[in-house]
Amino acid sequence: MFNRERWSEILEALSANKLRTALTAFGVAWGIFVLVILLALTNGLRNGVTADFGDFATNSMFMWTQGTSKPYKGLPKGRYFNYKIDDVAAIKSQIPNLKYVSPRNQLGGFRGANNVIRGTKTGAFEIYGDYPEYINQQPMDILQGRFVSYSDINEKRKTCVIGTGVIKGLYDKDEDPIGTYIKINGVNFMVVGTFKMSNSQGNQEEEANTIYIPFTTFGQAFNRGDRVGWMAITAKDNVPITTIKQKVFDLMKSRHKVHPEDDRAIGHFDLAEEFGRINGLFSILSIVGYFVGILVLMSGIIGINNIMLIVVKERTKEIGIRRALGASPWTIKSQILQESLLLTTLSGMIGITFAAFLIWGLNTILDNAGPTENFANPSVSMQVVFTALIILIVSGLAAGFIPATRATKMKPVDALRIE
Amino acid sequence: MIQIKDLHKSYHMGSNSLHVLKGINFNVNEGELVSIMGSSGSGKSTLLNILGMLDEADSGQYILDNVPIKNLNEKIAAKYRNEFLGFIFQSFNLINYKSALDNVSMPLYYKGVKRKERTDRAMHYLEKVGLAEWSHHLPSELSGGQKQRVAIARALASDPKVLLADEPTGALDTKTSYEVMELIQGINDEGKTILIVTHEDDIAHMTKRIVNLRDGVIIDDSTVEQVRASAHV
Repeated sequence: MFNRERWSEILEALSANKLRTALTAFGVAWGIFVLVILLALTNGLRNGVTADFGDFATNSMFMWTQGTSKPYKGLPKGRYFNYKIDDVAAIKSQIPNLKYVSPRNQLGGFRGANNVIRGTKTGAFEIYGDYPEYINQQPMDILQGRFVSYSDINEKRKTCVIGTGVIKGLYDKDEDPIGTYIKINGVNFMVVGTFKMSNSQGNQEEEANTIYIPFTTFGQAFNRGDRVGWMAITAKDNVPITTIKQKVFDLMKSRHKVHPEDDRAIGHFDLAEEFGRINGLFSILSIVGYFVGILVLMSGIIGINNIMLIVVKERTKEIGIRRALGASPWTIKSQILQESLLLTTLSGMIGITFAAFLIWGLNTILDNAGPTENFANPSVSMQVVFTALIILIVSGLAAGFIPATRATKMKPVDALRIE
Repeated sequence: MIQIKDLHKSYHMGSNSLHVLKGINFNVNEGELVSIMGSSGSGKSTLLNILGMLDEADSGQYILDNVPIKNLNEKIAAKYRNEFLGFIFQSFNLINYKSALDNVSMPLYYKGVKRKERTDRAMHYLEKVGLAEWSHHLPSELSGGQKQRVAIARALASDPKVLLADEPTGALDTKTSYEVMELIQGINDEGKTILIVTHEDDIAHMTKRIVNLRDGVIIDDSTVEQVRASAHV
């Protein structure tokens, strides 16, 4: 079927009217170009927006306390309460399907005063008391040393892990921070590790100016006792946190004598829900991209269909001659199908190639321009390209099918009679 | 070689029906050179088309080289045309974007002959019609007589049992016509069975037998003294 004569015949037929072939091919190339570009732009938007979520485990929520809004069991409304470290253990043991429950405490922060001293240098940094699990929820690159460990927690060691901004603020160039001491609010901590956020949540500076210390040490050194500022809770991958969170709230309400219907007492932020909402939006955008792209592609395909019909019509007599010489209907049909297939896939490849160049160009510009709001790394996966190719092949065959049938429908004697 | 019994053919155009062939009976033996004559509308072209399996008869029997030709689907018809028949047309019907050599080798291509052998055989037949030097020319670069000779070479290429020629000299001047007839006579001398449809008396008399058709029936079928075309050239 795919021999040299066949190919040279197809090429002869296609190059017989170069301008027409080129214009037809352009229709398909344009269609696939639009399809790929639309999907790439959607992807770019998705990448840009989801980058704002950073690397934080998406199936997570944050939970803190607020004043109660209803009196309950003799307690007045407007009462403030705090989570305790026991609550963490209770959540872990009583709520199934949770992966990590990290209690957290914070010192310093937005517009905080200078709170860290090393020798003659000082700086204002964010200090977090954390458990070792936290690094699983908020992935970060440990540049040197290690993150907080359970030995630190158990022994309430005064160790800390510092960000790159802290190093810049407190250390000279080429100075090795590991093993040195910094004074946080008057308490000395030994630096055991340095980190860098691999994928920023949008506030790189703040992240770099962060110091992690063991949660237990935090409570003791800064007079928090067993109080918990807030919790970061991550559910198992196949169980959305959104479906579990109410159980967690109910447990907390009963443990802290909060009215069961007092929803204002417990504040939370459901990252999974937000993430799902954004993802859903982009899934719809992708579908729109496919839809529009395929419609544009379809008009190109109809162009090929048209041209093949004209070609068949023009060559009616030639087809009659070939049949008189012994060409079977299938030989004729397969040649027309192959012509249409070659034309579609070839022009489709050209479209994909141009789209790839454009995407590459966009990426280069974006890389040079630095981070852009809500847009990053427009790209399409190989899967999309293969899908596009399959669409092309199917539509190439579809475009050739009607003309091919038309070509052999006429009796040879009638075909020969045409001048 | 060819046996035809009671062949009927009608064309239907809307409500009108045109009975073109009204019971044709005739036989052609191997090695004959037969001309079918008749005025236009006599059914001679229809007969030739049925013989060439380009068209189908409504009723009657057609046996070609002991193979009954009936109930053909297009695939088998194509195979039989390729194996049994060579066509020569009035308007040559060469494929205009293919060289003479490619035109001649086309039946061999459809027969499934390998490229090398195909080219050799096509070249052989081009030599036979005296156009070896023109093998790489396009039909548009050839004269009418040359085109018809390429067409004859093409008809011979797959070594068919019968050559069917539909007004082979209809588009040629007298001198060229005789040259083409000389070639056809030569091929017949080598034993090939040839049927020629013509309305020209002088061409018909260069064959060995004249079948006269009028209004769909054979009115006369007689052997004639062959006039050698070379005598006129």
